Amino acid sequence: MTPTPSQTVGPFFGFALPLVEGGRDLRVEGQVLDGAGEPVSDALVEAWHEDQFARCRTDEEGAFHFSAQRAPYLNVTVFARGLLRHLQTRMYFPGEGDEVLERVDPERRHTLIAQADGDVLRFDIRLQGQDETVFFL
Amino acid sequence: MRWPERNCSVYRLSEFAPVHNRRQGAVSDIEYEPPYLHPDYRATQLRAPTHRPVKLPDEWFHHTRGPAFGRIEVRPEDADLTRQHAGEPLGQRIVISGRVTDSDGRPVRNTLVEVWQANAGGRYVDPVDDHPAPLDPNFTGAGRCLTGGDGGYRFVTVKPGAYPWRNHANAWRPAHVHFSLFGPSLASRLVTQMYFPGDPLLSLDPILGSIPDPRGRELLVSSFDLETTIPEWALGYRWDIVLRGRDAVPVES
Repeated sequence: MTPTPSQTVGPFFGFALPLVEGGRDLRVEGQVLDGAGEPVSDALVEAWHEDQFARCRTDEEGAFHFSAQRAPYLNVTVFARGLLRHLQTRMYFPGEGDEVLERVDPERRHTLIAQADGDVLRFDIRLQGQDETVFFL
Repeated sequence: MRWPERNCSVYRLSEFAPVHNRRQGAVSDIEYEPPYLHPDYRATQLRAPTHRPVKLPDEWFHHTRGPAFGRIEVRPEDADLTRQHAGEPLGQRIVISGRVTDSDGRPVRNTLVEVWQANAGGRYVDPVDDHPAPLDPNFTGAGRCLTGGDGGYRFVTVKPGAYPWRNHANAWRPAHVHFSLFGPSLASRLVTQMYFPGDPLLSLDPILGSIPDPRGRELLVSSFDLETTIPEWALGYRWDIVLRGRDAVPVES
């Protein structure tokens, strides 16, 4: 059977999709940016690993945040107006790595690794252009 | 339904679609997934990735568990969008129902289905929506339910209106209901839109039109269904949903 095709989440999901806070220990902050380096103010970001699940959306600055517990990595899914299909990536915690990360061009690996910034972890998602985040299929 | 002939070369500008479709060779030869870059839909131009996605082993893509969505509360009344306020919303009352299966034909049980839509006048409650059509104090336009043992789902709502958007001159989105589904794995996650049969705006819509194969587009159009139509009360529309299952693995040539 043919799977049902994907369509964009559109700009108007904020009132309808409940947000989920995630774990407790660590705060993850990031920004979603487009190919011109402009903030993507209408993205939905989901992050999960095993029993952890967080769902958040970006604000006018393209900024998002959620809380997480330390794991080797989180699966990260990005939905937005202008994304006809969602994007799948991973956020690795600092110092972590595995065979999946090793498949990635060494020059682009840094786009998958969160950076410690004081008490928070920073993980930006660049949809297009310089330092474009690595997405998986 | 007739779809206009299109020059499809633009789709091949995207490196993503062919890669993806090779993955789906085992289940379908329909080029059903939209590409990331579809210039007719303007917002894709600065948001579509330009690098080829990194292909991972099938085990990762298809056998990684999906999110634990159980933290999103689902109450029985969430499936009836006409009873969330003191009064009844304006518009044509409708029932949307169908089955969720995976591409192997197995029912997807107990999975979260979230829907959202504009009201009958084509206006979303969302503060981002500035279309000057009236809000309806008796309609929010958001619902959720869990699929049953046979993968079935059912929502009661009102038919959403079409609304203008600024993609191109005199652009109107056809009436649609947004759907979000999780399923069991990373591969089964789906966010999409359901359309209504016979809508003259369907053939003009670059979002629906981003799907390369007309057979793929038809998968997003519901059917009017007299069987689920409730006499003296509401029109029935049927729409079945297929999530990627375990046989949706790549056939590498």
